[in-house]
Amino acid sequence: MAQIFAYILHSNGELDDSALELLAAAKKIDPDVDVTAIVTGSGIDDVCKKAAESFKTVWKIDSDALSYPNAEVVRKALLNMLPSDCFVLLPQDTFGMDLGPGLSVKMDSAFVGDVVDIEGVEGNTLKTIRQEFSGQVSTHVHCDVSAGAVINVRPGVFQPAEGQAGEVVDKSGEIGDVSAKRKFIEIQEAEVGEVDITKSEVLVSVGRGIEDEENLEMVFELAEAMGADVSCSRPIVDAKWLEKSRQVGTSGMTVKPKVYMALGISGSFQHMGGVKGNPFIVAINKNPKAPIFQVADVGVEADILEFVPELTEKIKEL
Amino acid sequence: MEILVCVKRVPDTAENEIELNAEGNDIERDDLVYSVNEWDNYAVEEAIQMVDKHGGSVTVVTVGDEESEEVLRREMAMGAEKGILLSDDAFEGSDGKGVAAILKAAVEKGSYDLIMTGAQADEGYAQVGGMLAAMLDYPYASLVNSIEVGDGKLKVGREVEGGNIEMNEIELPCVLSIQTGINEPRYVGIRGIRKVASVEIPAMGASDLGIDAGSVGEDAAKVRRIDYFVPEMGEGAEMLEGSTDEIIDKLIELLKSKGGIK
Repeated sequence: MAQIFAYILHSNGELDDSALELLAAAKKIDPDVDVTAIVTGSGIDDVCKKAAESFKTVWKIDSDALSYPNAEVVRKALLNMLPSDCFVLLPQDTFGMDLGPGLSVKMDSAFVGDVVDIEGVEGNTLKTIRQEFSGQVSTHVHCDVSAGAVINVRPGVFQPAEGQAGEVVDKSGEIGDVSAKRKFIEIQEAEVGEVDITKSEVLVSVGRGIEDEENLEMVFELAEAMGADVSCSRPIVDAKWLEKSRQVGTSGMTVKPKVYMALGISGSFQHMGGVKGNPFIVAINKNPKAPIFQVADVGVEADILEFVPELTEKIKEL
Repeated sequence: MEILVCVKRVPDTAENEIELNAEGNDIERDDLVYSVNEWDNYAVEEAIQMVDKHGGSVTVVTVGDEESEEVLRREMAMGAEKGILLSDDAFEGSDGKGVAAILKAAVEKGSYDLIMTGAQADEGYAQVGGMLAAMLDYPYASLVNSIEVGDGKLKVGREVEGGNIEMNEIELPCVLSIQTGINEPRYVGIRGIRKVASVEIPAMGASDLGIDAGSVGEDAAKVRRIDYFVPEMGEGAEMLEGSTDEIIDKLIELLKSKGGIK
């Protein structure tokens, strides 16, 4: 069986949640494998020690050139030290999407992105499960891994695995030439808007189902009647109907309300990735197959344009 | 600046409910409405705006069958000058690397400073842009939501977690995958489409592109979709039933008990 590597994201000295999820995914490829964690950065001894609590081997790749994980620089460093035909596991987040496809080309191995489950390996075939069309259907995807593979794993779907303690191996000397044509400049922090939805206890969140900017008024009326704040999904911000600071999701804000009411939101994993703290979720959507109904506690199959004004009226009467 | 934008014809999920066919091995395709992949529209709009400001021209390219011509025409109605259809029986069943290899050959037939793709399409791999860049040995940035043109390079913002923006400097030529929201794609009416209805769109096959037919298509694909299925769902939501009044009463009770109404 080929070697399996997991790239570990970290910030402020802590491992990203994806670290132990990748370990779980690796064990589904091969239950007996010793997974090697790859940690890159500058001044990363503490993070490497934490990774070594769960991974048998931790590659420490410490360099000023890697102080920020620029995918091009990381790729060059990895290509200088990874064995051929290995598995590399990455999270399907903004870093993994930047690195994975190109890495698989340079390693001449297969690539499968956004994997939600793994059924195992038979011969040279890795059997994975993916979703298409925003989660409306699932697919079995088989991958020829005879020359290895880069597998991008959807965050939040694998139960974090319990690992075994191991040791840190310093690979910093093997980085080699990492000159890159793309240079990281800085992170621009998100602007704070008029409402800080990350602190809201009750959120009325609106998505594509609202259809028209003018219809947003009914959402604000409902929120006011409930004593809630208004948040939204990505298409509403893309259309410039609401400010970015109201967007819930992995590319927006992470919220932790007690009650989350999703109006006309299909419930993509990118959106639900921003809803934390196990709130009571109410979903109202006219499509009974919308993935939101799988994660909601209570659902109503209805057109929000008709349902919301009636709901608001009744709440006002209370 | 010469810009090539790679686009794809996909089923429009906003217009369609995706269902399995009777055999359960594919989605029901008969009644699907197709359009251009949403992300690609933003890429084409961005390319047009860049050319308006800095000169040059926009070419749109797609890998697909004759029906894919319509999405090229749509993007040309937006303002792309040229369209190229990459079409060959040998291309069918290509995986991401196959598609990227076909596009690479098309890139090398022209002379482009910048290549753009949508950040992802219907299948959600988000892979072709990064693969194409690696094959061309061009630098790459994914999920781009701002572009500023400099001398021989671009300053690009990438949308990263938490609504933050990661600023990068990237040398030309390069490949960028474009995130939605970077601009407001212009509306294309019937009249706009009519204007470009008779513009000739050259089609190129494997031999035109100098591609070994065995290196792309189904036989070369390492990644294969075996089937479609609807997974066994967990319990999911408790669906409220009854008349609208009854549903609203139940919902209000639940919201009250969970602290959802203050």
